[in-house]
Amino acid sequence: MAEQAHAHAESLALREQFNTAEQQKESSTFGMWVFLVTEVMFFGGLFLAYTIYRNTYPTVFGMASTSLNAVIGALNTAVLLCSSFTMVLAVRASQLGKRKAIVIFLILTLLLGMVFLGVKAYEWNEKFVEHHIPGAHFHFEGMAEQGPAQLFFTLYFVMTGLHALHMVVGVGILSWLLYHAARGRFTAEYMTPVDIAGLYWHFVDIIWIFLFPLLYLIDRHMK
Amino acid sequence: MNTAAIEQRENYLNAGYGLKSWLLTKDHKRIAILYLITVTIFFFIGGIFASLIRIELLTPQGDLVSSETYNKLFTMHGIAMIFFFLIPSIPATLGNFFLPMMIGARDLAFPRVNLLSWYLLVIGGAFALFAMLAGGVDTGWTFYTPYSTTYSNTWVIATALGIFVSGFSSILTGLNFIVTVHRMRAPGMTWFRMPLFVWANYATAVIQVLGTPVVAVTIVLLFCERAFHIGIFDPALGGDPVLFQHMFWFYSHPAVYIMVLPAMGVISEIISVFSRKPIFGYHFVAFSSMAIAVIGFLVWGHHLFVSTQSVYAGLVFSFLSYFVAIPSAVKVFNWTATLYKGSISFATPMLYAFGFIGLFTIGGLTGLFVASLGFDVHVTDTYFVVAHFHYVMVGGTIMAFLGGLHYWWPKMTGRMYPENWAKLSAAIIFVGFNLTFFPQFILGYLGMPRRYHVYPDEFQVLHVLSTAGASILAIGYLFPMFYFMWSLRYGEVASANPWGATGLEWAMPSPPPVHNFDEIPVVTHEAYDYSTVVGEGVEVG
Amino acid sequence: MKLPLFPESASNFAPDVDHLLYYLVAVSVFFTVVIFAAIFYFAIRYRRRSENELPEPIHASLALEIAWSVIPFGLTMIMFGWGANIFFKESRPPQNAMQVYVVAKQWMWKLQHMEGQREINELHIPVGRPVKLTMTSEDAIHSFFVPAFRTKQDVVPGRYSTTWFTATKPGKYHLFCAEYCGTKHSGMTGWIYAMEPQDYQAWLSGGRAFGSLAENGEKLFQDLACGNCHKVDGSGRCPSLAGLFGRSVQLADGRYVTADEAYLRESILQPNAKIVAGYQPLMPTFQGLVTEEGVLQLIEYIKSLSPQPAAGAGTTPAEINVNPGAATPALSNR
Repeated sequence: MAEQAHAHAESLALREQFNTAEQQKESSTFGMWVFLVTEVMFFGGLFLAYTIYRNTYPTVFGMASTSLNAVIGALNTAVLLCSSFTMVLAVRASQLGKRKAIVIFLILTLLLGMVFLGVKAYEWNEKFVEHHIPGAHFHFEGMAEQGPAQLFFTLYFVMTGLHALHMVVGVGILSWLLYHAARGRFTAEYMTPVDIAGLYWHFVDIIWIFLFPLLYLIDRHMK
Repeated sequence: MNTAAIEQRENYLNAGYGLKSWLLTKDHKRIAILYLITVTIFFFIGGIFASLIRIELLTPQGDLVSSETYNKLFTMHGIAMIFFFLIPSIPATLGNFFLPMMIGARDLAFPRVNLLSWYLLVIGGAFALFAMLAGGVDTGWTFYTPYSTTYSNTWVIATALGIFVSGFSSILTGLNFIVTVHRMRAPGMTWFRMPLFVWANYATAVIQVLGTPVVAVTIVLLFCERAFHIGIFDPALGGDPVLFQHMFWFYSHPAVYIMVLPAMGVISEIISVFSRKPIFGYHFVAFSSMAIAVIGFLVWGHHLFVSTQSVYAGLVFSFLSYFVAIPSAVKVFNWTATLYKGSISFATPMLYAFGFIGLFTIGGLTGLFVASLGFDVHVTDTYFVVAHFHYVMVGGTIMAFLGGLHYWWPKMTGRMYPENWAKLSAAIIFVGFNLTFFPQFILGYLGMPRRYHVYPDEFQVLHVLSTAGASILAIGYLFPMFYFMWSLRYGEVASANPWGATGLEWAMPSPPPVHNFDEIPVVTHEAYDYSTVVGEGVEVG
Repeated sequence: MKLPLFPESASNFAPDVDHLLYYLVAVSVFFTVVIFAAIFYFAIRYRRRSENELPEPIHASLALEIAWSVIPFGLTMIMFGWGANIFFKESRPPQNAMQVYVVAKQWMWKLQHMEGQREINELHIPVGRPVKLTMTSEDAIHSFFVPAFRTKQDVVPGRYSTTWFTATKPGKYHLFCAEYCGTKHSGMTGWIYAMEPQDYQAWLSGGRAFGSLAENGEKLFQDLACGNCHKVDGSGRCPSLAGLFGRSVQLADGRYVTADEAYLRESILQPNAKIVAGYQPLMPTFQGLVTEEGVLQLIEYIKSLSPQPAAGAGTTPAEINVNPGAATPALSNR
């Protein structure tokens, strides 16, 4: 009986290229995984550049990293981890078909995501004030050649910038999900969009879990 | 058969008229046609640049165009041909059209993503075209730093942006194909019953998905450096110009397999049909596609042998480059063995297949030359390399593309192309191609460098031969443009299976209906089982 | 009508590379002929004779697959080994090689001999003596390519790259830039003049005296006041440079590096990249204050502060007398 309901609900959203609801759900999920693999390769290129330059300029990278605020970075990490938790709860709620719970958890995830972005904006502003933004006005104190320090900050801004861009897209996706969740579109029988959006959100979180120690925590014991 | 009756039957071409029905289509067959038009346009743009290059090189002096212009010509020739023609070509046209049918599906897994892919190619192409018309770009298609970031005064960013966007077209096509092959096969269509063309496109899709994001992020870094003057690759600021080369080639080497694997898939189909036998060593050919995809990611450093890369890295990359050659050789041997005791037809697609095997063999063998460290030191960055890659890309991929177009033309359009004109064109292309590019091997070993606008006198005779060949080749390429167009109106009406081929695409009318299958088939036969088609009195080539 | 089909063979590497070429061509011709012949033969012998013929499907043969994988692999391993061998030799210049410095810039080659001779787009070298080029670029990446020698090496800004060869035949050979570098890339060409040893000595002695590289380096050292910190006896705030070149140096982070040309260049242009153990990061950067040629001169000066054998036996001494009758160093004739 539940299976029939399952098939019925998903079949309401069944696209014509698919034969069964099961096939559609599996394809959508698999598709999101493949997409996340491409994202791993995308960020991977940056991690590679970072690894090579850190290996070439270990001291300078250590000093530049120490100039970042690790406490704020850790706070942001906690915020993002919590948002992944609330996202899991949203997925769970949709598995159980609890409309109100889905909405609440999606809102919480959204809010936490926006807190993260707000904190990021604050951090970047700090960097702007300290003249740590690469370009014509870059100046890192206490160093004769600015090149390697600027390299660190270039990688910092490109990596956290791309991550932030992915967060913004994530916020957009969550907003869309929220809209449809509020209208009761997701049920235990059909919650694929919540599921795959959850995958995307967790992925963006995991990227940050790598970025935080690599960028903020080099040579911290030296301080 | 009554022509009028044929054209009244509903198919994907006449189901809905008007621009909107095409530009907002979700049908993989229409999207394939949209792609076909787009890549053909870029092929001719790239071809015009090539013609200008070859005309300039008739004389040792730079008398046709200035050096600045010449440098833009070879750059834009490379960019148009690689990113906007070769990489999309077979997968996005023939792959899009036939992959779903071949596995018994009604469409790809994500039709709207498929349409988005096409738009991304068009948008990327528009950026690149804008750059070409606004003044051009002169960095070489390889964009080496610091020339591209610091010293070039041309439209680098616009072009790079165009390539970046078109990269996502490639990624999404790959993603779509992977999910489709995994999840949308009809009942009974096991992995090892799939046509080899599907295997080839699947392997290609894996490369697209894993490799393209790396060049995308490389372009992001290039953009940042050029736009904001920060020194990721700038040595004056502690950056590493050779790091760019590593990141660039990490994608661009697998990219050449994106260009050649689908071509090999086409050849497998054609050789089988026109010998009326299953491909010899089916499993080996299928696995060789996967092997090429995987090992292809491990050889990028063979483009950096003289770049100041370490000697030990050079050794590893040289060794692995020989490793990746073996699966290609295996395919060539298996195709040849398929002909043994076959029933060989000389229809145009088969002529292109023979041409492919010959030219790809030569091109591939010369790959072994350049994979050898001591040899490559001499010939890298010379015309030897230019000859090598044109043999595999043009003698290989383009021949296969044309062969595939001719093979599947009746299915796609419901019309036959004129066989005699087609055979003539194939012969002209083969002769023109060899005359254009074989002298370049000699030029390269003599020491003629790449990307040279002017050159020493003693190289002129070989250049004149090459340009003569290019003129013949150009004529050879123009003929199909005309007779394919002609066939749409005046060509003989095609039956469902004019070649006596196996494969689900031939089990439906020509042109196919919108949803491919009324009922999803249940597959019970192995691939290439000709006992299921011969004996029905089908008319063949 | 000039129609050369094969390049001149004028270096110690050329015969090796040409023999490798013959092997590659032989294997390629063999397989090309076999494939072409097989296709030709099968296509004709098994051509379709009737529309309904249905050949027997022949699926596979493991033995064949293994054979035509393993045998070609073996043949390619010979290609690999042979090429690798040549490459290794090319990466190991002999100790007694004659040193020439090359600075590439858009769009010319600037070459400096140890004795001070400067050349633009030309390089005069003696036949029979190994010549080692240490090269860098002032702008884009270039590549030093001499087809007759079969050698090529990219010239990269921000670092030194080296190549070496021994000319075996007197003559005039093309020098090409082989890495696209902008507008006049195809104009960045020149000539290598390989001369009989006595002609080379004559050439070396002719022309105005430039002062050797090391002499110019010493002058620059004084102009830039390097000696204020780098005192000869090591009593200054910075390490002494006497005997430094070629020695192993311990850095502040515990690593050991060899004080070679690249280390010296980095120390001048990016002094804080590597701090010597026991010293403070006090040295200012000279980026922008000294050209690449200047750096090479300083390096040659610092080299001259080391005992000669460390720099390689038979290196031309820092100063020569302009005297046609002077004794010339013994040259090995190939």
